[in-house]
Amino acid sequence: MSYSDKTRNLYQAQLGDIRNAGIYKEERFIHSSQAADIEVEYPSGSDRMNVINMCANNYLGLSSHPEVIKAAHDGLEKRGYGMSSVRFICGTQDIHRELEKKVTEFLGTEDTILFPSCMDANAGVFEAILTSEDIMISDRLVHASIIDGMRLCSAQHDTFKHSNMEHLEEKLLLHSDKRIKLVITDGVFSMDGDIARLDEIVRLCEKYDAMVLVDDSHSTGFIGRTGRGTHELYNVVGKIDIITTTFGKALGGASGGCVSGRKEIVDMCRQRARPYLFSNTIAPVIVSGVLKVFEILSSSTERRDKLEKNTAYWRKGLSDAGFILKEGESPIVPVMLFNAKLSQDFSKDLYNEGIYAIGFFFPVVPNGQARIRTQISAGHEMHHLDKALSAFIKTGKKYEILGLSKEQIVAKFGL
Amino acid sequence: MEKINLDEMKDLILNYVTKEYIDDEDEVITYDTPLISSGYVDSFSMVSLLVFLENKFKIKIPPSKATPEAFDSVNSIVLLVNQYLK
Repeated sequence: MSYSDKTRNLYQAQLGDIRNAGIYKEERFIHSSQAADIEVEYPSGSDRMNVINMCANNYLGLSSHPEVIKAAHDGLEKRGYGMSSVRFICGTQDIHRELEKKVTEFLGTEDTILFPSCMDANAGVFEAILTSEDIMISDRLVHASIIDGMRLCSAQHDTFKHSNMEHLEEKLLLHSDKRIKLVITDGVFSMDGDIARLDEIVRLCEKYDAMVLVDDSHSTGFIGRTGRGTHELYNVVGKIDIITTTFGKALGGASGGCVSGRKEIVDMCRQRARPYLFSNTIAPVIVSGVLKVFEILSSSTERRDKLEKNTAYWRKGLSDAGFILKEGESPIVPVMLFNAKLSQDFSKDLYNEGIYAIGFFFPVVPNGQARIRTQISAGHEMHHLDKALSAFIKTGKKYEILGLSKEQIVAKFGL
Repeated sequence: MEKINLDEMKDLILNYVTKEYIDDEDEVITYDTPLISSGYVDSFSMVSLLVFLENKFKIKIPPSKATPEAFDSVNSIVLLVNQYLK
């Protein structure tokens, strides 16, 4: 047997270290479909609880939308379950290309290529288009999947301070001798919920002959006047060279992602991106659901408008109650608690009040920046938000943190 | 380049690292503060530091020597730079 006691003990020790560090992740089992109201078993084996979900990426409330479910059913009937092939052998259906065209039209780009996930899109795109003669310059808070993608690429890399345009300009000057310069940022940053200044980034990239890549996974479908994304918000549609995004969040929330942008770059991905070449693409049932999502979004802005109103209401409610929030306009609303243990205790108390929201702490966020990350959905009704607000206020009173400054909370609980 | 003593070199590097990597003004780093292993500098950001050292001290550090361990504190960076100063 190759899995010896020595090997087993090694892994058990590593898992023990993770537990002792208090960062062991446990899954919570949801016994219902994804929605504002969910039925949760947590901890495993305990009685199920009906709780309000305040931490899903279900921004537009489309995860269990009846029209999307019906379209997925129809897709399953008409195009089957699986493809049993990668795209370029016999794994491409008409609906895959239809979805790529739909995404291109929605984002205002030149072409699009689907990937099994946005993690795969980010893992594949850099290596496909850059060489060691090139430089990737990324915001220091970009998503982990971008970091992994950059690690797989032979191009050089550097970073600029989070959303600091002076620093980005210094880096563009520093690397002016490189063949291709690619500036990389998230559209909406997933942990803080703030939005990249794409107008400024585009201006600098035009000045220094650099390309721009934006991961708009936490934006596509609802940021901007018609929900096209961060580039619409900053009026730079058509000027972003590469957009990566996901269908696993606002756009139905199942799975799948894409690279959308300049025609040649998409074509290079089709020739060289390894997650595209060596993995099946999105299953037909999901493609059918996402096509319906785009139909819904293209016909009305009702859902993103409701999300905007819900977010403003939620932010104001928490702020008026005396919580410290990360500033921003996106539906990611982090409630800052700073202390890791407080974030975990707070989350447990919320759960007991019927509110499901998770505490994040180091290393997911910087040390001393522990928080409850709340995420608002168009699927939330006022009664959901009011109940959640009451639970937050009750728990805030319990720990006597309402109205306190960061320094006061840190003095009380430590970092 | 003109002669530079060890203390001046340490301060030059410390000032650069503080300006380039430390966002929180209240955060104070010393010559011994772990930079990479403590998360102040991620491995991607090391390239700026490398370019700064090479330009400032007119040296060439081989990529194989620009390791996270060698860059993990101001003191260890000074040791590295000293190896390539003529």
